[in-house]
Amino acid sequence: MLNYVLRRVAIAIPTILLLVVISFVLMYSAPGGPFNSERPLPAQVMANIEARYGLDQPYWKQMFDYVWNVVVHFDFGPSFQYRDRTVNDVIAQGFPVTLTYGFWSFVVALVVGVSLGVAAAVRHNSWLDYLAVGISIGAQVLPNFVMAPILVLVFTLWLGWLPGGGWQGGQVEYIILPVIALSTSYMASIARITRSSMLEVLNAGFIRTARAKGLPTSRIIWKHALKPTMLPVLSYLGPAFVGMITGSVIIDVFFSTGGIGQFFVNSAFNRDYSVIMGITILVGVLTVTFNLVVDLLYAWIDPKIRY
Amino acid sequence: MSLNPDPDTADRLLGAQAAAEVKGRSLWKDARQRFMRNRAAVAGLVALVLICIFAFFGGFLAQYEPDYVDFSLIGANAAQGVPSFETGHYFGTDSSGRDLYARTVQGTRISLLVGIVGAGVAVIVGTLYGAIAGYTGGRTDGAMMRTVDILMSVPYMFVLILMLVIFGRSILMLFIGIGLISWLDMSRIARGQTLTIKGKEFVEAAHATGVRPMTIILRHIVPNLLGLVIVYATLLVPQMIITESFISFLGLGIQEPNTSLGALISNGASNMQYGVIWQLAFPLFFFVVTLFAFFFVGDGLRDALDPKDR
Amino acid sequence: MALLDIEDLRVTFTTGDGEVNAVNGVSFSVEEGETLAIVGESGSGKSQTAFAAMGLLARNGRATGQIRYDGRNLLDLKPRELNRVRSEEIGMIFQDPMTSLNPYMRISEQMAEVLTLHKGLSKKQAIDEAVQMLDAVKIPDARNRIGMFPHEFSGGMRQRIMIAMALLCRPRLLIADEPTTALDVTVQAQIMELMAEIRQEFGTAIILITHDLGIVADTCERTLVMYGGQIMEKGPTEELFERPTHPYTLGLLRAVPRIDRDDETLSTIAGEPPDMTRLPKGCPFTPRCAWAHGPCPTVRPDLAAANGYPALRRACHAPVEEVK
Repeated sequence: MLNYVLRRVAIAIPTILLLVVISFVLMYSAPGGPFNSERPLPAQVMANIEARYGLDQPYWKQMFDYVWNVVVHFDFGPSFQYRDRTVNDVIAQGFPVTLTYGFWSFVVALVVGVSLGVAAAVRHNSWLDYLAVGISIGAQVLPNFVMAPILVLVFTLWLGWLPGGGWQGGQVEYIILPVIALSTSYMASIARITRSSMLEVLNAGFIRTARAKGLPTSRIIWKHALKPTMLPVLSYLGPAFVGMITGSVIIDVFFSTGGIGQFFVNSAFNRDYSVIMGITILVGVLTVTFNLVVDLLYAWIDPKIRY
Repeated sequence: MSLNPDPDTADRLLGAQAAAEVKGRSLWKDARQRFMRNRAAVAGLVALVLICIFAFFGGFLAQYEPDYVDFSLIGANAAQGVPSFETGHYFGTDSSGRDLYARTVQGTRISLLVGIVGAGVAVIVGTLYGAIAGYTGGRTDGAMMRTVDILMSVPYMFVLILMLVIFGRSILMLFIGIGLISWLDMSRIARGQTLTIKGKEFVEAAHATGVRPMTIILRHIVPNLLGLVIVYATLLVPQMIITESFISFLGLGIQEPNTSLGALISNGASNMQYGVIWQLAFPLFFFVVTLFAFFFVGDGLRDALDPKDR
Repeated sequence: MALLDIEDLRVTFTTGDGEVNAVNGVSFSVEEGETLAIVGESGSGKSQTAFAAMGLLARNGRATGQIRYDGRNLLDLKPRELNRVRSEEIGMIFQDPMTSLNPYMRISEQMAEVLTLHKGLSKKQAIDEAVQMLDAVKIPDARNRIGMFPHEFSGGMRQRIMIAMALLCRPRLLIADEPTTALDVTVQAQIMELMAEIRQEFGTAIILITHDLGIVADTCERTLVMYGGQIMEKGPTEELFERPTHPYTLGLLRAVPRIDRDDETLSTIAGEPPDMTRLPKGCPFTPRCAWAHGPCPTVRPDLAAANGYPALRRACHAPVEEVK
């Protein structure tokens, strides 16, 4: 088990390093980019950058310093756009917002998706099953940037039940629409995977054994069938996480939540390279960490992996 | 040995496809029959054909050029820009007074192109990469697949946006960027399949008679991956369309005066509170129908070509 | 009164290709402490008969008739009542020990849950009991190995664990569905030996479902031969094997390789097993039977005694003297 964990970590670390280096190289090679300073920057910003990166230093030294600062000090340097802000300030301001509704979206997608999938499999060929299948087919064509306007149209413009944007320190009514918009398509995918996985597991020999043992259906489902059912769902959680973190950009922009995605897109328009890089690296680290957790969960569920 | 999809490779791929069709006609015929029995798939195919006709020939019906701005309508959109046959604006006008019908035709065409070209790039790169890794085996395979593992955990949308920002926003950049980040899944699938084909007698025979590895991969492995590739490509196109629309929705993708369904949806969404719901409805309709059509055709192909994989 | 009394059992599956009649009017009984073998080719309905008794039919299956256990018709029981019968009254083991244990749960958990649920034991008591039962089925070092996962045991060991698990509540009847088919020959013998011991020690009645006639001859008192979802012949094993009266039984026995006979070729039964969606109205064996005549395809023969064979019951139109 320890061996397995170490091997996973051994893959995770170079991934993050690679991401940091690639970002730096991309940024450095940008035409009209930050370090060759063709573009006139405000004097104070230029001074910040000079001081921080040491632009007179050779290329490899700059890269090493950047990587060192990011990895050891979690310091992404100053913003290219705001003279009095660092990338860390931007992240500290936007990340909690994105994290809040992102977390709830993930929980909703997982809990609702798995419940719906299990219910559909247990009541195979019932109306509930057809509903679940219908939802999961329909949601394939409703990614977050389609869901968001439709939700606002219905619940804000027509019904007037919920605000169509803003954050207000994260009050519940401001969180609901972002969470639904972000989670729907992943909830549907999770439901579909859970359903087909559960149907397969319910046909397994050991489920028949469990029935022959006289266990109640609820125990068979939750105790015997759920673990193996979750294996394919777990494998999907990695890509789902990436998808949701990417989708949060749309949510932040569309609902003007003040989340990290809004800063990301603003920076993309304003060529604020250091902010883009900082956020990209942050997201990469989150993804790698999440995948590590998924791998460990996988090993925890499937005893054959523990070696 | 290059991974770039050069024209030579594409030719050989097409040749391989033709060969496979001649040799295994009964197999393909069988698959076609199974596909035709699948009602959802046939409906998807019909919808797809109609959408293609709309995207490539719909422009002839338009009364206005997509970039013609009717200045008299700006600001009075909700009242005078409504969809109507009398004014010739079948789908109404957008917020800048342009004909939404012509814009939707253009957007659908660009979305389809991005989707198809992106999927094509992804499928060719992925298949070759996976086939080479799987056929070579050993340490090369290990290193190549570990690389894929690492690339898979990169949040590609952020990197793509970073690239678009750094190298400038252009359709070409979108094509390449979207295609290059989507070949990872394909390479895994192709590798798995290659491993099974590799053990078959005809490959061993070719190897024993001294055929060069690259020739074996292109002549023997790749044609046998074809069914898989077709299915995957069909299912990849809608993903590509979604990715492109995502970026265009943020305003970072297709630039004016060009447009795509994502950009049109974005425009419609930002104006929907002004009573011009058609600006959202028409692009959304074509977006949803296109995706549905591709998904149904893809599922139908999968069931038809690989009936045991249900 | 017999322990288990099955009367006119019919099992039907609704499939895309129509109704499949897997079991067509089967009647038999099992006495307390007795060992009964149900023999037949795959698809003869022998396993489905057992599954019907345990309420384990697939979703699209339906059973009618009577399955009386201790006077109650198991087919009428509510799920909750049926769950009490399972394990407490009737235990069951299956063909493939590789798949019939849950690979994601420890053996201790899988065994203990039977006892905590049915007997209300504490977790600790349940594990103690389970260890004793594993000792009884000769799992070496059971106390330490009970915490392992199924994949850490060999196939034979897993089947022993299955048997131990089925016996935890001391059921009065054990149904063994092809318990040795998936195992090596040497392991097969060990498992059959174990079953014989268990019967002695616990006095459990056993229904052994198999296509392996060799196993039946050694261990079972009575045998029931099934074909096409119907009983062809039944009676005491010894008599049935030595003087079979039904063409199908005869064919089955001739197809068994024997060292003590000097046959040049091993005979087989010509023809194919029947298509269960369209069985002949009469005897299902008719198309493959050398003695088939007038009434065979249309009139279903009754299970009846034959002259000179008081203990046997046979379902055949051919005169008993001619079938040799």
